[in-house]
Formats: sequence, C-alpha cells, structure tokens
Amino acid sequence: MISADISVVLPELLLAVFAMGALLITVYTSKDKAAPMVLWTTSVVLLATAIWIALSGGGTRVAFGGMFVDDGFARFAKVTILLSAAAILLMSQEYMLKRDLLRFEYPILVTLAVVGMMMMVSAGDLMALYMGLELQSLALYVVASLRRDSVKSTEAGLKYFVLGALSSGLLLYGASLTYGYAGTTLFTGIVEAASEGISLGLLFGLVFLIAGLAFKVSAAPFHMWTPDVYEGSPTPVTAFLATAPKVAAMALFARVVHDAFSGVVSDWQQIVAFLSVVSMFLGAIAAIGQQNIKRLMAYSSIAHMGFALMGLAAGTVFGVQAMLIYMAIYVAMNIGTFAFILSMEKDGQPVTDIASLQMYSKREPLKALAVLVLMFSLAGVPPLVGFFGKFYVLRAAYDAGLGWLAVAGVIASVIGAFYYLRIVYYMYFGEDKEGLDSGMNPVLWGFLMASAGVMLLGVINLFGVEGVAAAAAATLVN
Amino acid sequence: MEELLSEYLPIVVFLGLAIALGLVLILAAVVLAVRNPDPEKVSAYECGFNAFDDARMKFDVRFYLVAILFIIFDLEIAFLFPWAVAFQDISMLGFWSMMVFLGVLTVGFAYEWKKGALEWE
Repeated sequence: MISADISVVLPELLLAVFAMGALLITVYTSKDKAAPMVLWTTSVVLLATAIWIALSGGGTRVAFGGMFVDDGFARFAKVTILLSAAAILLMSQEYMLKRDLLRFEYPILVTLAVVGMMMMVSAGDLMALYMGLELQSLALYVVASLRRDSVKSTEAGLKYFVLGALSSGLLLYGASLTYGYAGTTLFTGIVEAASEGISLGLLFGLVFLIAGLAFKVSAAPFHMWTPDVYEGSPTPVTAFLATAPKVAAMALFARVVHDAFSGVVSDWQQIVAFLSVVSMFLGAIAAIGQQNIKRLMAYSSIAHMGFALMGLAAGTVFGVQAMLIYMAIYVAMNIGTFAFILSMEKDGQPVTDIASLQMYSKREPLKALAVLVLMFSLAGVPPLVGFFGKFYVLRAAYDAGLGWLAVAGVIASVIGAFYYLRIVYYMYFGEDKEGLDSGMNPVLWGFLMASAGVMLLGVINLFGVEGVAAAAAATLVN
Repeated sequence: MEELLSEYLPIVVFLGLAIALGLVLILAAVVLAVRNPDPEKVSAYECGFNAFDDARMKFDVRFYLVAILFIIFDLEIAFLFPWAVAFQDISMLGFWSMMVFLGVLTVGFAYEWKKGALEWE
C-alpha cells in the first residue's frame, strides 16, 4: 500500500532527498566554492528527472488516497517545468559568478521550488495543492532577494512575500469555504458535491480559489507584484520566475477548474474569460511605457498569461491542449529572450535599458537576428512558432463560442506587438551610439540560438508537442 | 436544566477560587509588603526597553533570526503533542511519518548550525 504510493511520488521524493543531501554535503565541506559544481549537478539531475518522467509509462496513477495524481497532464507540465528549470540554472552560472551572487543554496532552492511545482501540478486535493504552492513560493521568495545588499532585490523579495502571503490567504479562504460547503478537500469529492448545481458558498469558494491562483500566474487584476519583483530580482531569478512557476501555476489552475469544478464550467468560465481579457490588454498597454527590459518582460508575461487563460476559458479538451502548447512555446521563447537579457552588459555591468540596444545589428548581426526572431515570435507574427501558440488559443476560444474573447485577443496582440517591434526597431534602425559590450558566454549564446532556431524550425510540426499536449489534455478533461 | 447547570459547577468553583486567590495576593501586597518606591520601580516593565519611546528604533536583525529559527521548533512541538498523545493508536506508518518529518527538520537544523546562524557574533 505505502510502497505503491511511494513508487508514484518517487521522482518528487528523490529530488527532495537530493536537495537535502546536497545542502548538507556542501555546507559541511566546501560551501560556496562548490557552488558551480552543485549548480551543474542539479541541472543534470533535473534533466535526468525530466527524461525519466517523459519516458515513464502512460496511464493515470493515484497515490495517498487521491491526494496525488500522476497522469499525462501532470507529466507534460512536469517535463516542461524540469527542462526550463535546468536550462535557467545553466544560464545563471556566468551572470551570478561575475556578480559574486552564486551561493550554493541557489540551485538547491531552485530544486525545492521545482519539487513544489511538481506537487502542484499533481495535486488531487486542496491540502496537497496548498502544500505544493507554499513549498514553491517560499523557495522563490528567498531566491528573489538573493542579492541581499541591493535595496531593489530585498524590496522585490519582500513585495513578493507580502503579496504572495496575501494571495495564499485568499486561496486558503477559498479552500476553507469549499471544504465547508463540499465536505471534503478531495477534488473528486468536490465534483460530486457540485454535481447538482453549485451552492452559493461553493461558488464563493471557487471565486476565492481562482483569485488566489490568478495572483500566482500574475493575471490582471492580480498582477501588481510582477513588474517590481521582475525588476528587482537578479536577472537569472527573473528568468526562472518567468518560466517554470508560470507553467506550474497555470497547470494547477487548469487542474482545479477541470478536476474539482468540471461540472460547473459556465460558472468559472466567465471569471477566467474576464481575467484573460484584462490581462491581455493590461500587459499590452502598460508595457508600452517601459524602458527597462525586465519590466517590459514582466508586462509581456502578464499578456501571455492572458492568452494562456483564454485557452482555459474555453473549458474544453482542445482549450486545455491549446493552453499546454501555449505554455510550452512561451517557456521556449522566454528562455531565449532571457539568455539574451543575461548577456546584456556595458563595461561588465548589467544593463536593462532597451535604448542600449541602438543599432545592435551593426555590431552583432547574428545575435540581433536571433533576438529579432524571438521578438517577432513573442509578438505572434506568422509564421513563427509564437503565432501558432496564439492561433491555438484563439481557435479554442472561438470553438467554445467565445468569439468576442478571440477578437479581444487579436486586438490586444496587435497593441502588444508595438513594444516587441520597438526593440527590433532600436536594433536595426536606431541612432548609432556606443552600445553593449560584444562577446557572450557560450552557454547563453547556445540557448539564444537554440531558442531562436526552435521558433523557426518548430513551424514544421511544433516538434510533435501538439500530439503530446492533446493526449495530456485528454487525461485531465473527461 | 438543573442537571446541565450542575455540570458547570466545577467551573464556577474554579472561577471563585481564582478570584479569591487573586484578591488575596493583591491585598497581601497592600497590607504586608515593605514599600519603598523609586521611579524605576514604579515604571512599566517592557523587556528591557523604555516603555514610552519612539517605536521606530533600531532593532538588531539577529533577534528576528533567532525568533524565526525558534518558531520552527515551536511548531514541531505543536505537531509532536497530538502524535505523542495518540501514540498507542497510530500504526508504524504514523511513527515513521513523524520520524521522516523530524529528519527533514534535523537537516535544516544541521544546515543552520554549520552556516553559523546560531552564533551571536
């Protein structure tokens, strides 16, 4: 019985044991001197876990009396999370070493955050959901304020912590209302309780749960923390915040609405559609005034979350599939973009002002071209992969009878294209003045080029992600 | 009704005793104690700080660190009590779950010790 349960959670268990072991071994031996080694080992372990989960057999397995669900949907999200975390860790090394930020706790905290995320996407119970969410969040609060001597970084950590605690409070309030009116915390039990119409108390619980989750995916109007936290955190941490936790929170969102509230689609559909449309427009319009590329990416991520929520708002299998594809593409684009942002420096100091990219194409034609591809892809210009992500969610919304939402999405993406194209404009047609240092760490260069390459070559068949996402979505929605 | 009220009789007795004992102690201090007041003695005692002062004073951040590290083990006790009370009834699974929990906490404790978080200087 217990051994069967443990075999289901084995990947999470081994990662947690690895994190604790690495923590103890390193602190009792060479401490921060071993940080690069811990970072590489962690990255390899995360990659190996991703391959293990990807290759492990299909089917749905349930552990601990339904609290933990291992299905195709969870595995898709877990592989995305693990791969992006491994990539971000490798990208962090040079930046952090240069600024004397590379503590050995960093990769370990990232591992613990990843364990939390894996728990989140596999949650089959409100308790398991909250435990995963808090494990993830607490580790992220710490890495956000990793640069302890910088006012901005500590401010980022504190803001993230206070607003994260507020959102956890909202979520817990929703969870307790749900428990009170459904009589159980298990998602399967909540579905039964809501089978003959949703009671008012349960509806309130649902709304508070969604509000708490919207905080975590930084969907407007719960997005306030995002720009400040993105700007203040060390750039590798920003890159991490923009990728893996978003996938986890979005997958958790999908799991809550489709597993626990699958019988009352119309009740949450309108809330999710509202979040989606507000996020898309806010992300598109608020980013126009930004000169700091990290803040710009924060608003960009808000807009992208709006699009992913559009897939969810459809409330269909195809909608979940579209959301999964969108998140996978979003992560691939962001890894490349942040690889470039990490390499932006002037006289060895990191630069985040987009005006420093003036006439970048003249000095670094290849890198400028890669960034151009990524920016076009982020904007959703056909025929790059980013367009297909948007295409899927728009089609899902349209098929589900949310034509107005699809139209709003198109308008928002046109507005949002402005600030992506402005970066391209600066690089190709700006004034020629002294710009960024040339030269780039080979790891970052590799990720930038690989990501840009994926955006170009993915148009052939999206690297087969479509079929996998369809199978994953089918296991969640039934 | 009578029966219900009689169940609460011990509480009434207890309340009476508590009030009586409190009065006795206070009155004893008034009647018996030697009185020799000075400003320090009559001012309110507030854990080593001035009772009426600017609240925005500098406060050593190490106090917070110690407090936070303490809270972890405080909570651990909160988990241990019900576990210990139900020890007769729990299975081996319950026993080992708590052992794993304590093991995880010990990892954290070993880390903070080695990291020097427990040293004041």
